[in-house]
Amino acid sequence: MTRSARPEPLRNEDAALLTGRALFVDDVHLDGMLHAAFLRSEHAHALLRNVDASAARRHPGVAAVYTAADLGEYWRPGPLLVPPPPIPGLVFNARTQPPLARDRVRHVGEPIAMVVASSRYVAEDALSEITVDYEPLDAVVDLEAALQPRAPLVHPDLGSNVAARAAQAKGDWAAARARADLLIARRFTYDRGIAGAIENRGIVARWDARARELTVWDTTQAPIPIRNGLARMLGLLESEVRVIAPFVGGGFGPKIMMFYPEEVLIPWAAMRLNRPLKWIEDRQENFYATTQERGQIHDAELAVGRDGKILGVHDVFLHDAGAYDPYGLTIPINSQCTLLGPYDVPNYASEFTAVFTNKPIVTPVRGAGRQHGVFVMERLLDFAARELGLDPVEIRRRNYLPPDAFPHDHKILFQDSAPLVYDSGDYLPALEAAVQAIGYADFRAEQGRHRAEGRCVGIGVVSYIEGTGIGPYEGARVTVEPSGRVRLATGVGTQGQGHYTTFAQIVADVLGIPVNQVHVITGDTREFHWGTGTFASRGAVVAGSACHAAAVAVRAKALEVAARELNVTPQELEMSDGAVRVIGQPNRSIAIGELAQRANPLRGAVRPGTEPGLEATAYFGPDRGSTANGVHAVIVEVDPETADVRLRKYVVVHDSGRVINATIVAGQVQGGVAHGIGNAFYEQLAWDQNGQLLNASFMDYLLPTALDVPDVEMLHRETPSPLNPLGVKGVGEAGAIPTGAVFAQAVEDALADYGVEIREIPLSPGRLFELMREGKRAGAHTLEAARR
Amino acid sequence: MSDGVPVTLTVNGVEVRRAVEPRVLLSDFLRHDLELTGTHVGCEHGVCGACTVLLDGQAVRSCLMFAVQADGHEILTVEGLTSDTNSGELHPLQRAFREAHALQCGFCTPGFLMTLIPFLAEHREADDRAIREAISGNLCRCTGYANIVRAVRIALQDGTRRAGGVRQ
Repeated sequence: MTRSARPEPLRNEDAALLTGRALFVDDVHLDGMLHAAFLRSEHAHALLRNVDASAARRHPGVAAVYTAADLGEYWRPGPLLVPPPPIPGLVFNARTQPPLARDRVRHVGEPIAMVVASSRYVAEDALSEITVDYEPLDAVVDLEAALQPRAPLVHPDLGSNVAARAAQAKGDWAAARARADLLIARRFTYDRGIAGAIENRGIVARWDARARELTVWDTTQAPIPIRNGLARMLGLLESEVRVIAPFVGGGFGPKIMMFYPEEVLIPWAAMRLNRPLKWIEDRQENFYATTQERGQIHDAELAVGRDGKILGVHDVFLHDAGAYDPYGLTIPINSQCTLLGPYDVPNYASEFTAVFTNKPIVTPVRGAGRQHGVFVMERLLDFAARELGLDPVEIRRRNYLPPDAFPHDHKILFQDSAPLVYDSGDYLPALEAAVQAIGYADFRAEQGRHRAEGRCVGIGVVSYIEGTGIGPYEGARVTVEPSGRVRLATGVGTQGQGHYTTFAQIVADVLGIPVNQVHVITGDTREFHWGTGTFASRGAVVAGSACHAAAVAVRAKALEVAARELNVTPQELEMSDGAVRVIGQPNRSIAIGELAQRANPLRGAVRPGTEPGLEATAYFGPDRGSTANGVHAVIVEVDPETADVRLRKYVVVHDSGRVINATIVAGQVQGGVAHGIGNAFYEQLAWDQNGQLLNASFMDYLLPTALDVPDVEMLHRETPSPLNPLGVKGVGEAGAIPTGAVFAQAVEDALADYGVEIREIPLSPGRLFELMREGKRAGAHTLEAARR
Repeated sequence: MSDGVPVTLTVNGVEVRRAVEPRVLLSDFLRHDLELTGTHVGCEHGVCGACTVLLDGQAVRSCLMFAVQADGHEILTVEGLTSDTNSGELHPLQRAFREAHALQCGFCTPGFLMTLIPFLAEHREADDRAIREAISGNLCRCTGYANIVRAVRIALQDGTRRAGGVRQ
């Protein structure tokens, strides 16, 4: 795949962001605007006997207070966003979140009442005047305890805490197990963290009764579905609702969730009160009211031959769904599918149970369940390698799918209900490149010397795949303005991924114009109202392909008009430097702005079968997602006194198909790795047995800082996807996916003398210290037993 | 709402006189009373650094101060880094951020810029460790920091070149 050698363009969006001009939701100021604050449950699980808001209603400055009882017909649980795939034998119990709790609260922070007042300060004053009569109940916190016969029930009508159960299999696991030379069976756990966008969520709504237009500014990753859903809920035409996702300060998954209670209530109350209304989540609310991810427990078994070849994998896991499951089974199915990794796994049996708990709702966070699958598989391979006396790198080499195995059908279903088929890939060279770049052989040669000096240094190398760029579709409209500037409108909003630049590049390439001449409009339903949103690493793949298709259609129109004007055939024309030119006669040209004008005359009819102007709208819907892959390698050093871990070198070899903008791709990977490092060693939500969150602030919940994240060395490989015209695959989540697995392998290697086996993420210095102590103790016992 | 306390302060070189409730945070005052929304709020407990502004030249967290405490002081926000934010003109540090792709969503960026302005004024040169320490009180979830460090390196070189009289 060739790429033009010109330098990467600077991002089109940066000037506004750097000077403080960029509009974020909390920057919206409207005349007469009121402010909302929410009363949230103090208990993880309780019956609501009574909510008395009368004093709050009398509080000076309060315009309204709403409880569930005040919502009348408008009170209804939110929609099920992603219906589960048609897996035979599937059990799925949909229980979605209500806008305000009515008779039971199911997690700390669940909204009970909304106060609308002249300022946020006054609204919060009035919250303290609402009296709630709770009857506290035992909370469901632990996943296994949740499934015990006498466990308290999150949704009593279900009779158990089972949210879902699904099994997928291929081949014959039992037979594979029976003929295995070695079986590795272990339990693995992964725990919850927050997404941690620095901008919290927020919504501003304004109802213009005369124009009959509801305008909603929302920090959402999915403005179009929000518009459509609001129109339905509020009884408006879709054209009467305009949703704007302006600049959004980081998404990472939870901002694709819909409908949050606040998204249901703020527009409704703005209409009722006929006043603009704003709600901005504060950081503490974010720890309870924004969705989270990653609690799973896996009991997994790997069957291998003496040569290290995988014969089969068996995995049974529990998935923490939280109090409601509006996002269906996307996460556990991602875990189930991603476990297979880049490997040839002939026999696979996987079964999961999603469990309701009295904790905040779980929906995808960067990686969306893929981490767990990668962690389980990579750890199983590490343990098998150790038992077989193989190098961890070598066992991977022996199990990759070969380059001629594509398309590779795994014969199970992916989260988008399509079969899990890898479109393309070339795995072994990525591994060899990573091994080379990290200096694997040299490190191994010197490791003994370091150990002798008492230094605990270790190395890790793991592989992963990522299903990206799923459907259903996105669209784009390209319009050439008479000025020669080009407008590009698309539905997928940006949360920092660089859409204003990447999409502009795609269009600029096709039309032969400078990137900064393409003005991108995204995330405003008035400008474009077909599409779904920014998730599943799909922006560049799906929306990018739609931008390309629209640009190609505009190019054809431009060539046709120019051919007529210049008396040549379209085949004799090319587009460059903002003009259509006769090939070989660069002076015979017309600027595209001029062409746009000629294609839209004030007098003279549009010819039959043609359209005015230079404009086209196009859509792209892939049959299925494209599969990116990569290898992470790291060298770590553990301080044996403090169990602190320093990352000495971090290498990523990444293949996301054809790269449109290498700088942006590298930025996504570096940021993903930082997120992964947080997940691996710093970030863990700590709950007590009552479902109370013990670390709901940035002082207690640690996001990695500049002192914790190394400069990642990156190598990009480009194996094009055959599923879209650009050959691209997604990249947004990749960096965060294998980080826990590679961290565990390297730390374990560094602590080989301590007999530590790492089967859990996140770790922390404290937890690692415990593991070192336990390992030493177990090692001492073994030694003693051997002596006896 | 309730009676305000009169305050007089200089914000981005302009004198501002307002009556403000004693409990109003400086961050809210700047953002919502003065509509200088370039200063962002990420945690309101002084950890994330997104709301950093300069108070008499020192980087402070505007979410940890009341507006009344700024009475008589000089505040600089991100809007004050360039004389005209609509002109497209950028401060050298802003240019370095753009060149190094040191921002993605851009929400934390004003806080990083305002943290770094005094750092650059005090340092003609700094190694990566010093740069990382200087920004370790600002959280960024998008970039993984590497390009921010690179931007600071560029800004330092830039400053050194200018100090040495080399035209850019």
